[in-house]
Amino acid sequence: MRHKSARKWFNLLMLGLNSLGAGIAIVIVCLMLGYIIAHGLTFINLDFITGSAVPAGQPGGGMHNEIIGTLILVGLGSIIAVPIGLFTGIFLSEFGTPFTVSVVRFATDILAGVPSIVVGVFAYAIIVKPMHSYSAFSAGAALAIIMIPVVARTTEESMRMVPGSMREAALALGITRWRAVVSVVVPGALAGIVTGVMLGVARISGETAPLLFTALGNSFGYSGLGSPIGALPLQIYRYALSPYKNWQQQAWAGAFVLVVLVLIISIAVRWLSRKRRV
Amino acid sequence: MIKSKTRVLFRLGDKIFPKFTLICSLIVVAVLVNILIILFIQAWPAIKESGFSFLVGRSWDPVKNAYGALPAVYGTLLSSILALVIAIPISMGAAIFLTEIAPSWLRSIASFIIEILAAIPSVIVGLWGLFVLVPVVRNPIESWLGTHLGALPFFQGPPFGFGFMAAAIILAIMIIPIITSLGRDVLKSVPGAQREAMLALGATRWEMISRAVLPYGRSGLIGAIMLGLARALGETMAVTMVIGNGYRITASLFSPGTTVASKLASDFSESSGLSLNSLIELALILFIITLSVNVIARLLIWRLTSVKGKAD
Repeated sequence: MRHKSARKWFNLLMLGLNSLGAGIAIVIVCLMLGYIIAHGLTFINLDFITGSAVPAGQPGGGMHNEIIGTLILVGLGSIIAVPIGLFTGIFLSEFGTPFTVSVVRFATDILAGVPSIVVGVFAYAIIVKPMHSYSAFSAGAALAIIMIPVVARTTEESMRMVPGSMREAALALGITRWRAVVSVVVPGALAGIVTGVMLGVARISGETAPLLFTALGNSFGYSGLGSPIGALPLQIYRYALSPYKNWQQQAWAGAFVLVVLVLIISIAVRWLSRKRRV
Repeated sequence: MIKSKTRVLFRLGDKIFPKFTLICSLIVVAVLVNILIILFIQAWPAIKESGFSFLVGRSWDPVKNAYGALPAVYGTLLSSILALVIAIPISMGAAIFLTEIAPSWLRSIASFIIEILAAIPSVIVGLWGLFVLVPVVRNPIESWLGTHLGALPFFQGPPFGFGFMAAAIILAIMIIPIITSLGRDVLKSVPGAQREAMLALGATRWEMISRAVLPYGRSGLIGAIMLGLARALGETMAVTMVIGNGYRITASLFSPGTTVASKLASDFSESSGLSLNSLIELALILFIITLSVNVIARLLIWRLTSVKGKAD
């Protein structure tokens, strides 16, 4: 009898400790998000969205140019990454042989694990150095490299979930194979593909490390794809490390904008994929 | 006439479209291979100049043209391994809670909250670390450890706040959601029959988890931990903001340090010539370390899924 109760107590203790782990993780999220949102909210104002950077020590100013810059960079990254990622996903799900699929999938997984700062160094070496100029284009290319694996893997996974019977039905109607893929399988997997693109956008919109030596930063507004460009996460980094109160407060406001963006995308992704999870 | 023309066109599509998707896939492979090649070419002047001493040298001195990677590599390994020590118990507990303990209505909400943490950009985690975590690390954490365990070499020196300790805590926070969600997927793939058999033998729930579920998922769980490690090794912004940028090798966790990634982030845009080549060699080292950890992790996770396939 005594032996049994010792086992039961140990059981409760271990279950409690494991639950504590989950509790700690959730508390950390709430502390961090709560602080960023509450703190950022007090510093955000219209000037932050519409104003440009001001010299150190002066009040006011905003990150208008950096917000626009981030939108341009994310757009540029997506324009490059979405087609490549989409077609890679289609290849992995529909056309590959077992050997090519395992090679490409392995490469995609490994590419997803390459540290973003190394991607930045790569973009610097192949674009910035030969062109002798920091540029928006090189930053977009770096972000695209980070985004491609996200889009490719989610596209592949969601296309594999389209039942084989739909492909067979399309082929039985006399349609060619690529038309079946393009007009039956891809539309069937569209929610998953959109999810992947949104996840990719969320990922690259906050990336900072690859922008350090590609985009460089530029507080005077957009001046062409071949010139340096400002970006919200880059400016948050610079301002956070500056000794000026006003700049630090703007960093918090910028963090608020980015976190809200990421939260909206996360919730939308969850809403989009709720049917598939159940 | 028109009908046959479109038919030819569609037949042609069947030849072209798969090739086109293949080319896009090859671009992905080519990018990966090219990262390795380009980094190697760009680092070559430094490899030729410093040779083996690059790996064991302890100073980074552009004036004397002496470059040693050891403090950065040491900082990277120390902060990442320390982060794992903090993150493994928490994330394993969380993964077990999410698959084995929590009621079903709580599972998806709790997973979602933990996954949000993974989506917060690194620079924002760093901002939070800089203004919220570092002061807490300085006092009470470091000052308490210093007064009570100050005899140990890890807890010596003045409590700066900025340093390995803060970096390890920030890294732990960033990899907890990764290990948790991968670990949860691994535990989910353990067949229910394993659990039922153990419970039928009269085991308590914890005995069932520790003797039937965890051993079954062991290699997958190790894979999840290694993917977390790979992420920690390459993490840049948050670490750069809290590690304090000191180029030294010391046992004290209170001391400011450097990681390979933070060295790149803080020095790269102001460097040129051999100093730039040396930084690219650092990037190459980081790439090779994370590549190896990633490959091992993927193989471990794949092995589990193939074992599962055979069991089915």
